[in-house]
Order: sequence, then structure tokens, then C-alpha cells
Amino acid sequence: MLLAASLAAGAASAADLVISNWDGYMAPDIADAFKAATGLEIEVVNHATNEEIMGKLMASGGKGYDVVFVSSPFAEILNGQGLAEPIDKAAVPNLANLYPEATTLAYDPGNSFSVPYTWGTTGLCYRSDLVQGTPDSWLNLLQPTDALKGKTTMLATDRWLMAAGELAKGYSVNEKDPAKLEEVKNLLIEAKKTLLAYDDTTFYSKLVSGEASLVHAWDGWCNYGIGENKDIKFVVPKEGSDLWIDTIVVMKSSEHKDAAMKFINFILDAKNHAWAAQNILYKVPNKAAMDSLDKALAEQYPNMAMAPADLVKYELLRDLGSAQKDYSRIVSEIKAAN
Amino acid sequence: MPLSFNAARPNLLAAPGVAWLVAFMVVPCVLVLSYAFFERGVWGGVEYTFTLENFARVVDPLYAKIFLNSARIALTATVVAILIAYPAAYAISRAPRMTQPILLFFAVLPFWSNYLIRTYAWIVLLNREGLINNLLRSLGYTGEPLSMLYTEAAVITGLVYNYLPFVILAIYSTLSRLNPELMEASRDLGAGPVRTFLRVTLPLTMPGVAAGGVFVFVLSIGNFVTPALLGGGRFQMVGNLVYDQFLTANDWPFGAALGAALIATMIVLLLVQARATAHASGERRGEAAQ
Repeated sequence: MLLAASLAAGAASAADLVISNWDGYMAPDIADAFKAATGLEIEVVNHATNEEIMGKLMASGGKGYDVVFVSSPFAEILNGQGLAEPIDKAAVPNLANLYPEATTLAYDPGNSFSVPYTWGTTGLCYRSDLVQGTPDSWLNLLQPTDALKGKTTMLATDRWLMAAGELAKGYSVNEKDPAKLEEVKNLLIEAKKTLLAYDDTTFYSKLVSGEASLVHAWDGWCNYGIGENKDIKFVVPKEGSDLWIDTIVVMKSSEHKDAAMKFINFILDAKNHAWAAQNILYKVPNKAAMDSLDKALAEQYPNMAMAPADLVKYELLRDLGSAQKDYSRIVSEIKAAN
Repeated sequence: MPLSFNAARPNLLAAPGVAWLVAFMVVPCVLVLSYAFFERGVWGGVEYTFTLENFARVVDPLYAKIFLNSARIALTATVVAILIAYPAAYAISRAPRMTQPILLFFAVLPFWSNYLIRTYAWIVLLNREGLINNLLRSLGYTGEPLSMLYTEAAVITGLVYNYLPFVILAIYSTLSRLNPELMEASRDLGAGPVRTFLRVTLPLTMPGVAAGGVFVFVLSIGNFVTPALLGGGRFQMVGNLVYDQFLTANDWPFGAALGAALIATMIVLLLVQARATAHASGERRGEAAQ
């Protein structure tokens, strides 16, 4: 009984901060490092998808979490729902490490309720030894040459699946016009006939094995393929791409907001933020961190060297509001088409 | 007093099982299915305004087509599974008594490994750079590698493979309980082996075939892992649709309505199968009495 009571007390006081993030998205020793720096205990919990953590936050009004990592459209929703705490600029001096481009992002200019953690784009990842010429258009993926038929994959998540068609047609990645979406749908249904598979998780290993020659990929994930085979290359098609950003948000319901701000400041430290670039091969919007990277990294993974000014030319994925329903339906129609 | 205790005992014994099912199966299912009557919130989640629109969407041609397509794939898997399982079960039931448990052990062996691992094993076998294609190449085949993975046939293969042991067990159990004297009588009366099988053995084992078949069908139509992995996401089944509504589209009410339709289909099938089995065993008792 006494033991149980002391255990319960121990559990309650153990963590000053509860942080939810994707598995493997922070240094495994982050809790120890943070404790050494600030004396504060953190408990890291994982979520598999944005939707999963959003479901939990919506159900509880954000209670139980102090800091969450979500993609920018979801940060937008949290703010829209009044669940996001304004960032206390005075408590986060390391915000100065961010690229100027990362402080004027359309969903949150001035980083009022979110801080960008990683950013990147989506494009074509391909085996330069198996693909003739250099792919430079979304149509190389959607209307492949005969040699590439059955050797391409596309991302299955609705926003990126739709974006490939929208960009090929010259439309916005947040397009809501039903007539334009209908055109995109028809293009993607035709493209489906030439696809090997829809694949969000193993596309780069399909390239490595040679099962696929050209795949729709996030830049950071293409790097995993490049790491295994130097013939693998990444290109952003000439029609453009999307800009995706994973962000850090402090919950309004948190009772440890000061500690939460300290955590964000800790992450934005050049050395800590560089961890993400070095280990998950994603670009980070932190100038000090990127400048500190070994030049060899950018030589091996050229897309790591993409300039922020070029990156922010691409259109941000925004929350679609009620049009999300239309996207889901269109994606169902595409997946159900023969 | 002892009498009523005896009468009550079966209920008492069943109580923990029933309580478990109610607490962890019925209550959560009812909670989730009740979402089907409400609206999707603008930001996802559930808005508690009563509506029947979600059910109207289930019968929308798009989703009805996905439903029918899933039923077709599940039915194909069922038929193939029965065609493979029946001879296997027959062979096991005719094997010497001592070896039957060993053969059954091998039939059920795959169940001891994880479903996902077994499904991934098929990817390793079937992909264009996989074991089968490599084997063909080492045997001197020089053409284009065979595209076996990410096809409907791959999905059906995966479903059949995963549920086959159920069907073998179900058919074996009816075959092993069959009175051999009935077959002897049939042959004594002049029927050949084929006729004996078609007129005596097969009809008497239909309850096992039906039980195994309904099992495969029900599990296949709601499956979402196999179509995602072996179909490469190119074949949308109802299971995937439900999964997408809950996890990507964030439309829980519609997902719940689809789930309700799926559960209703399963219950109808199970009831039909239970009735058919009761009917068949009643018929057998009737024949025995004559």
C-alpha cells in the first residue's frame, strides 16, 4: 500500500514535461541532455501520425501533453481551436537561429504559436542508371514512358497523392475548385494504371532493390535510398512542389509552459537541432545548425543543400477545412478505380 | 435447491466470458457505431448533431462499388480456400490415426508466427526482384521479371494463405466425425467412390465447409492489411476505407457507418450459416430416425 502510494507519487512528479513526437524524430538521449542542461525531467511519448495525436488532443482538449510535434496544417488547426499557447519570444532566444524565411511562413507569420522543426519538399526520387535522361516533370511520373510502366510508385497519403496531379496541371496544392479537382482525379486515375504501387514507407527500398525505377518521394526519405545506392537521385520537377513543415506547438492547457519554452529553446540550439539533419537527413530551418553541418553531408545528399529561399518558393500545404471531405472522396475514387 | 443450482450452473460458468465480451467488445463497438448517427466536426472529431447522412453515403455508388468489390475478392478467396482445404482435410482424415495430429499440427503451424511477418514473407517471395524471380533467372529465364506482387491475385493469395488453416480444421472436424459405416453402406449398395463422395460424404460435411467458408469470407471482407501490403494500395477494400476514414480523413462518423454496414453483413452471414448447420444436423437426425 505504502509502496503503491510512493510509486504513484513518483510517477506524478517524475516528468515536468510530456512531449509527443514521431518515433525516432529526436535524439534518443534528449531527456538526459535536457535534464543536464536545465534540471527538468521530460517524458517522451510517440505518435505514429498527425491524425493520431490530433484525435487525442481533440478528445482531451490538449490535457496530458505539454509539447507536441505536428505538421503545419495541424498546428493551424490547433491554433484555430484555441488549443495552442502563444510562443513566449523572450523565453526562446534561440529563435534567432532560424532562417529569416522560417519566420514568415504563411500559416504562422512571426512564429506566434508554432516553431518549425524540420522542412522539406516532395519530388521524384529515381535510379539514374535505370531511367533514361533526367526526369524533370510530374508527367514523367504520371504519364511514364513504356520502359517505366509498372516501375513507378506514388505516395498514398491523400494530400501528397493529390498534389502530384495538381502540380502537373499547374494548380495549387490546396486547390478547392471542384472542376479542377475533377481533372486532377482523371489524371491520377490514368496514372494509377501505370503504377507498381502506392507506397508511403518503403519506396526507397524498392529503388534500392531495382523493383521500382522512379518514385514519388519526400526529399528526406529519398536520402535513405541515396545512402544505400549512389545512383539514386532526387529532383524537384519544373512545375514546382509543395513545402511541408513539421512544427513544435505548446499546448494552452499545459501547466508547465515555462518549461515548455525552455524545451523549445533547447531544441533550437544549433547543436541539438543539427541532430535532426545529421540523423534523419531532413533539412532543418535553423541557420546556425545547418551552417554547423559537415560539408560532406550536402555532397552525399545534394537536396540537403537546397537554399531556404528556394524551398519557400514552393506552396505550403494548408488546412483544407471542409474541402478535406472532397479530397478523401476523390482519393477513394482513385483507389477504387480499375 | 440442488436442482436449481444445477440449472443455474451453466449460467454461472458463462458469466466471466459474457462479462468480458460485454465490457470489451459490445460496449466499445456500440460506442463507436453510435458515432455513425452524428456529424463530422469541421476539424475532425464528432459533432453531436443527429444525422442519417452517413448511412446515405454508405449506399452511394462509389462506396457501394467498393463494398461489392471487396465481397467479390472475399468470395474468390473463400472458394479457392475451400477447394484447397477440402482435399487436404480429406487426406488428413484418411491418414492413420497416429499421424493425424501431426498433420493437423503442420496445417496450423503458420498461425504461430505473426500475421504481418507472414504477409511480408509473400512480398519477399513475389516481388520483381524477389525469390521466385531470382530462382527463375538462375534456371535460365531471361525475359522480363514476372509482376506477381501488387495484383488482385496477390491479395487473394495472401487471404487464402492466412485463413486456410481455419477451413482445413472446420472441414476436418466434420469429416472425422463422419460414420464410416455410411460410406460402406453406400458402396455395398453399388455406388462407386465418386458417387459415394458426391451423394454421401460431401452433403454430410457441408456444415464444415460452410463454417470454414463463412470464416474466410468474414475475415477477408474486413481485412485491410493484406490489400495494403500485397495489393500495394491499388485495391481499395472496405477495411481500407474504414481505416482511412478513422485515420486519414478524420471522418469518424462515416467510418462508423461503414463499420456498421460491415458488421451487419457479417452477422447476416453468420446467422445464415448457423441456420444451415442447424438445418443439416436436424435433417441428419431425421434420416437416422427413419
